[in-house]
Amino acid sequence: MRTELTINGKAHAVDVEPRTTLLDCLRDHLGLTGAHAGCEHGVCGACTVLLDGVAVRSCLMFAVQADGYAITTIEGLSPGPGELSPLQDAFCETHGLQCGYCTPAMILTAHALLADKPEPTRDDIVEAISGNICRCTGYVQIVEAITLAAERLRGANRPPEPQ
Amino acid sequence: MSDRRFHFVSTDRRVREDRRFVVGHGRFAADIALPGTRHIAIVTCPHPAARIVAIDKGAALAMPGVHYVLDGRELAAATAPLMAGLDTPNVPRRPLAVDVARYSGEWVGAVVADTRALAEDAAEAVEIEYELQPFVLDAEEALAPASPPVHADHGSNVLLDRTFMWGEVERDFAQAPHRQSLRVKWGRSSTVPVETFAVVVSWDAWREILDVWASIQMPKFPDQIAAALRVPGSAVRVHHDVDVGGSYGVKRGIKHTVVAGYLSRRLGCPIRIVEDRLENMRGGDAHGPERLFDVEVAFDDAGVIRSMKMRALDNVGAYAGRSPFQLGKPVGAIVGPYRIGSVQYRAIAVTSNKTVQEAVRAFGQSPTNYAIERMMDEVAKRLGLDRLEVRRRNLIRRQEFPYTIPSGSTYDSGDYHAVIDKVLAHTAYADLIAARDRLRASGRLAGLGIAACLEPSGGNSSFEPLLNPKNTTTTWMDSCRISVDLSGAVTATIHTTSSGQGHETLVGTVVGEVLGLDPDRIRVVRPDSLESLPSNSPVGSRMAIMLGGAAFHAAHKLKAKLTAIAAHDLGIAPERATYRHGDVYDADNPERRLAWQELVTIAHRHFHRLPPGFEPGLAAAHIMQVPTGGTLPTSDGRVQMYPCYSFEFHLVLLAIDPDLGKPEIKRYLVGHDCGTVINPKIVRGMTLGGIAHGIGAALYEEFAYDDQGQLITQTFMDYLLPSSHEVPPIEIIHHETPSPHTVFGQKGSGESGYLGAPAAIASAVNDALAPLGITINQTPIKLAWLGDLIAAARQDKENG
Repeated sequence: MRTELTINGKAHAVDVEPRTTLLDCLRDHLGLTGAHAGCEHGVCGACTVLLDGVAVRSCLMFAVQADGYAITTIEGLSPGPGELSPLQDAFCETHGLQCGYCTPAMILTAHALLADKPEPTRDDIVEAISGNICRCTGYVQIVEAITLAAERLRGANRPPEPQ
Repeated sequence: MSDRRFHFVSTDRRVREDRRFVVGHGRFAADIALPGTRHIAIVTCPHPAARIVAIDKGAALAMPGVHYVLDGRELAAATAPLMAGLDTPNVPRRPLAVDVARYSGEWVGAVVADTRALAEDAAEAVEIEYELQPFVLDAEEALAPASPPVHADHGSNVLLDRTFMWGEVERDFAQAPHRQSLRVKWGRSSTVPVETFAVVVSWDAWREILDVWASIQMPKFPDQIAAALRVPGSAVRVHHDVDVGGSYGVKRGIKHTVVAGYLSRRLGCPIRIVEDRLENMRGGDAHGPERLFDVEVAFDDAGVIRSMKMRALDNVGAYAGRSPFQLGKPVGAIVGPYRIGSVQYRAIAVTSNKTVQEAVRAFGQSPTNYAIERMMDEVAKRLGLDRLEVRRRNLIRRQEFPYTIPSGSTYDSGDYHAVIDKVLAHTAYADLIAARDRLRASGRLAGLGIAACLEPSGGNSSFEPLLNPKNTTTTWMDSCRISVDLSGAVTATIHTTSSGQGHETLVGTVVGEVLGLDPDRIRVVRPDSLESLPSNSPVGSRMAIMLGGAAFHAAHKLKAKLTAIAAHDLGIAPERATYRHGDVYDADNPERRLAWQELVTIAHRHFHRLPPGFEPGLAAAHIMQVPTGGTLPTSDGRVQMYPCYSFEFHLVLLAIDPDLGKPEIKRYLVGHDCGTVINPKIVRGMTLGGIAHGIGAALYEEFAYDDQGQLITQTFMDYLLPSSHEVPPIEIIHHETPSPHTVFGQKGSGESGYLGAPAAIASAVNDALAPLGITINQTPIKLAWLGDLIAAARQDKENG
């Protein structure tokens, strides 16, 4: 079944079985392997992508259902080759990851949070990422990364102090 | 946490691996897409024990896109059984069941199709006729002589039953005024990485080589694959440049790779197995210890324990593998951090009709630590003493190191009392008790949990010869090779895969430290297994010690070469040639020097300027033996099991909603001493993650079976991994007692969070329940069960 997907600002025409999940389509048909399968029943969150800026589980929807949405994957967050977004840089600064498997999804979830709430409390962050399982870190350094990114992004958006 | 002894070690540097992961450019096994790859779905047995009467593949093979259905008989005829740890020849382990299936979820067939979805469809169409057999699930029932043996040819379910006697146990028991016995149970859980096991293989029939990309953390993996496939070791090329999405012990994947490897040769195409979650939980053979302890201690009026008897009965599931060795590792720290003078230890492993166990973080030591720490609380209760005070009285003193425990291991270093003092200087014990009592006054159940633990690290796998006399392993080496190219760039090697431990950062830091070069400029690569020096993979908290040590020694060899080249070229005595940050100068005349690039050029281009007998080029390698050497166990089972012992002290304040039974961790403090820290971010992450894992084992996670032998927690809906809501902020109080055995004083740090947390949380829950007269002696302490216990106890109280 032919469907058109807009991913990271670029249109892709794909031919998929109707039963193909968005996750399998991204990975197997489009080579976007930053989204990962963890449970394939919607609990672990490793497959998270953004649909019109909202974090969703790509294992729980069919590719054909994503037609018409603006899809953002982890491959779309980096400003350019070798560059990191402030959020990605904050994950490196606090070491908010270990094996890196849940990380792209965790960052996309955090990205959606910060777009919605530039000044999240710890509770906001904990709630936002509670649908993303990380087995390595115990979340502490992830919460620190998101807090740090929020601080830096707020600082970056502030007009310079008058001289 | 910077340390003036070092330029880069112990400084708060970033972890180099992180950059690729935050942008989605990790390279996991399931990301490897080879042209023409065919996919496997597994056919599993739905019964806990059954004879396979007939397999009808017809309907499956008739489906479009389906190429092959492999069964156990065909595979067994072409391959050798998988390696077993113990000497149990009548307990053969095969990737696919041959004639008899022994647990629900066991693999009986593998379907090959053009896509995974087609393979799954066809797997459902494979018709298998089974004849049900009697089964056994419980370890004590399995131990009973009348129980149905899981392996009929073995004659019983007992794989291992060995009693060790270290010291004068009966004398010490007779002389001590008090005894206490305790039965505790560690429930079956595991590490359950978010990435399931994945492997892609490709057999090249013209080069006669099997290329393997797998999400493994497995010592001697290529050798085992080659042995099972009956090909030379040099015909298996394992690619180590695969990122592994978490393992913490379990990612072994031998059976997966043997199935894929056989089919790739048979069908002449690349083959891929990526477990789905159900396959992983039921038949991935990655469950953890399930262990029943009977512990008895003899102690004096002061609560000082003189002797201990421990019986550990482990339910290893349907096949053995390496898992029974998890009863052996605890021998290396059988008394924990305490001065217990004599020990009787009986280790029993039985088979049952449950999923197979694999290595789990700390390799069996965390259950044992839970048993020891539960006993500490019981001794305190019996004598009416404070739980912390009892531990202090029993802990080994700083001045007693090196300290040899009854089972033969000598602990390298430690200052356990100082770590505890530091934690209590951070937050006073009295303040924590007052906080607990305020919670109690507000109507909640509240408790303070206490646990200490040791993390043995960097050993020789001595539990192998300890539990299997035919196994004479006395080395568990690791290696590093460093080369400098003509441009002067430095490249160092790792000869295994990593699963989040930051080994590239480790090697870069160590090589940079020794050579005085910026670690970020040290390229770190992973040659494939045929280009590699020996490694035993990142197991047993060993890499900081063993890979770090190998990198250190290789860098020193390289430095020695550079210094010798310079001395010769400058015409000075070698001892005058002084290396600093890549340059070598004459100590008597520092103006005379050769810069790094000049030295590199001499090595690569100017043979005429090299010292006589020197090999041209610039490279050095080191294969490192465990720092305390390698000896076989004595006949009474004493052996130096690990060179280094890290220490942790956990303090937990926990409240329980008495109506819901829901536990909430209010404070979590941990004193941590793993010697010299090489990368503070990594060590902190390991500690925090280990504690989170321990919270799961203590409160949430269990592979539970119904009485029909069916696994009833086989998805993430019912096997509950801690989310961000369940893991509180954790306060780490750092202490540093360097090891005398390692190059920087470092010890292992990957396991101690998981070693201490379950015991500490169990201690907190029991303290919270003490006013109700409840004591819980098993894990996991699940919410619903806890709620029922509390409700029943309150009802009893009301009924007076």
